[in-house]
Amino acid sequence: MINPLRDVNDRRLPRVAGPCSLIIFGVTGDLARKKVMPAIYDLANRGLLPPGFALVGFARRDWVDQDFAQIVHDSVREHARTEFREEVWQQLASGIRFIAGDLRSDESFDELRRVVDELDQTRGTRGNHAFYLSIPPGLFPDVINQLRRSGLATAAKDAWRRVVIEKPFGHDTKSAQELNKVVGTVFDSGSVFRIDHYLGKETVQNMLAIRFANAMYEPIWNSNYVDHVQITMAEDIGIGGRAGYYDGIGAARDVIQNHLLQLLALTAMEEPNSFLAHSVRVEKEKVLSALVLPRDIEKHSARGQYAAGWQGGVEVKGFLEEEGIDPKSITETYAAIRVDIDNRRWAGVPFYLRAGKRLGRRVTEVAVTFKRAPHLPFSSTATQELSNNVIVFRIQPDEGMTVRFGSKVPGTALEVRDVNMDFAYGDTFTEASPEAYERLILDVLLGDPPLFPRHSEVELQWKILDPILERWAKRGQPEQYHSGGWGPESSYEMMARDGRMWRRP
Amino acid sequence: MITLENTQANAVAAAINDERRRMGSPTVSMVLTLLILTDEMHQAEALVAASLAAREHPMRVIALIERPGRGGAHLDAQIQVGGDEGPGELITCRLYGELSKHAGSVAIPLLLPDTPVVAWWPGASPDSPSTDPIGMHAQRRITDTNTSTTYIQELGVRLENYEPGDTDLSWTRTTPWRSMLAAALDQPVGRVQEVTVHSEPRLASALLIAGWLRKRLNVPTNIVHDKGPGITKVVLKTTQGEVSLSRPDGRVAQLSIPNAPDSPVALPRRTMAELLAEELRRLDPDEVYYQALRGVAAVINPPTKELKANGKKAANSAPAKKKKSE
Repeated sequence: MINPLRDVNDRRLPRVAGPCSLIIFGVTGDLARKKVMPAIYDLANRGLLPPGFALVGFARRDWVDQDFAQIVHDSVREHARTEFREEVWQQLASGIRFIAGDLRSDESFDELRRVVDELDQTRGTRGNHAFYLSIPPGLFPDVINQLRRSGLATAAKDAWRRVVIEKPFGHDTKSAQELNKVVGTVFDSGSVFRIDHYLGKETVQNMLAIRFANAMYEPIWNSNYVDHVQITMAEDIGIGGRAGYYDGIGAARDVIQNHLLQLLALTAMEEPNSFLAHSVRVEKEKVLSALVLPRDIEKHSARGQYAAGWQGGVEVKGFLEEEGIDPKSITETYAAIRVDIDNRRWAGVPFYLRAGKRLGRRVTEVAVTFKRAPHLPFSSTATQELSNNVIVFRIQPDEGMTVRFGSKVPGTALEVRDVNMDFAYGDTFTEASPEAYERLILDVLLGDPPLFPRHSEVELQWKILDPILERWAKRGQPEQYHSGGWGPESSYEMMARDGRMWRRP
Repeated sequence: MITLENTQANAVAAAINDERRRMGSPTVSMVLTLLILTDEMHQAEALVAASLAAREHPMRVIALIERPGRGGAHLDAQIQVGGDEGPGELITCRLYGELSKHAGSVAIPLLLPDTPVVAWWPGASPDSPSTDPIGMHAQRRITDTNTSTTYIQELGVRLENYEPGDTDLSWTRTTPWRSMLAAALDQPVGRVQEVTVHSEPRLASALLIAGWLRKRLNVPTNIVHDKGPGITKVVLKTTQGEVSLSRPDGRVAQLSIPNAPDSPVALPRRTMAELLAEELRRLDPDEVYYQALRGVAAVINPPTKELKANGKKAANSAPAKKKKSE
């Protein structure tokens, strides 16, 4: 039945999720505490969660509901983006449940089943439940099988069950396929939501708006005008306490495979027919399947490990000295690759992707560098300080857009120099600019999939990375680089070979 | 803060540019100009709200304060660029004497080029915002009927003079209620047969939400007055029971719908800054507001057969007689 109170012209009314619950596995993890639970509070605070919303925690802890509520409370107080309001908290707290259980135990999942049924009765969740697997992928098969065995994966008519998984989606093509098989046997592909939190970011969505809502960018968005594109994700921190996760994974698998290749797809894809999930995915897959690697991977890639040194005024350990890391580890903490796109729009325009830890500062950006003007009617001295025009999408932390172009230096002599023009819309502390997890969790509860990569994209992304990883695995230990700098020597050489330079982001 | 006394609009514009340069940021990435038409009584609160809203919508805020009375016509201005108040520019202009009748002449040179203009009357507003000398420059015109004691007549005047782009903060105040009610009707609750809105007396928001429900649902709609604060309860009688959203304390509401357990909903009354920020999020005509205004007329003067079928009189039918019919 059509809801008579809804009207497409009524743009003030936000999308509010219908009655449902979210069941989180691995509530004691960092991600759940710092991102997921605060995001749920922020959603409730903005009035976007249904009144009877329930939050269920599952972990091997000797807790009761109140203990878990206290954990959620503390994480909300510490990490939530919006102001703490007692009444919002009370609304949320009355729906909090906890299962002290083991991921392999039949009993624990029978108990979960009982709780979920109870929520349908007491909270009116109407059989709609999302399972958030905030656990290592090695444990997915156990949980997925238990969800099937206990009947939790099956929804009644007019209700839904969804599963949310976080990266890494495997560690190569083969393992990604296996993982997909495990999840796919129980949940159909429309019910699986893979979270790549970059895609929930305001600026990433704004990239599409800027490209496709304007007249002035798309005509020059091709090999006639673009020289090359650099996509960078730099972190200033080291691996911190994540040695167990990071060793054997490395920067390429951790960041390039998912975030950077998704950013590449959004930068390079053709205009989708619409912004419906299907149309956007079709375009992303098309461009991802057109990616090719250089013939000589060695010459067009770089990798490194951060060495002990000083970063931002603090003395820091090298990667190999970090606790829990094998001193002979060949895992890279810096990775840079070149990929090309075999289509008419991008022929001859290299895309350089780099990701690293302990670099100069924390920044993620997409920089589209243009060719120089074909002719400069100035004396050569006048344009000595002029370089290529650039459009930069700043993804984080200072979200916005920068345009670099040449302008005359004021004075009697004619001299042209690079200047930057910045645009930053609003600030991230306002209600209207949600944190990525808020946006994505709400989309899961609404069943709105455009921002979630589907398995075929994940697989295409692994296919690009597999040959590089194989190659690197044979090459022994990566080169050491200075903490607090911008990566290993080999990364500069890789660009110099193409006659280009990395931007200092 | 720069203070210019006995000045002119072009001098104010020049001073803003100088100040921008001095701060090293000559590029302006502002998205709109907000004109606030106010008096000394309302100006402080309005400026605070505007500077908070400027965090979400970087903008140039121009407060025009009319100081009619004896004495020569002159303009005093204060300028604040960036700083603690937020990222935007705050310009306060006091218009003395004869000049207070020509606020437009001060505003025009100060508007940002080719960006949207929004006019806001935090206190008393003109009968016809779109033809007002200031309002005519704005594509969005924000009034606030809740502040008025003659609110019923005023809503009538709003309807009579409505032009696309008009909007009212007493309508903005209803958004959380409307959002929750719309979400409730996403559930299988049956067909709505009758609506009752409970609120404190003399509340334009209550009339507007009733008008909206009346128009959308096309069923008898009543208003019942109680102590408040604000809107306290909305009941939708359906074929399967009752959908009721009740907020006795102005903070936490209780939502009851048929075939489901009751649940608490946080529904706090919002600050002026939050209302203004919502208002600035969209600058295109709000057709649903117009619909609600038309609904108000139907709530106040229901067709006679509806009254009979209903069996009781709407609490507002008495004062409605003062209002001229549509």
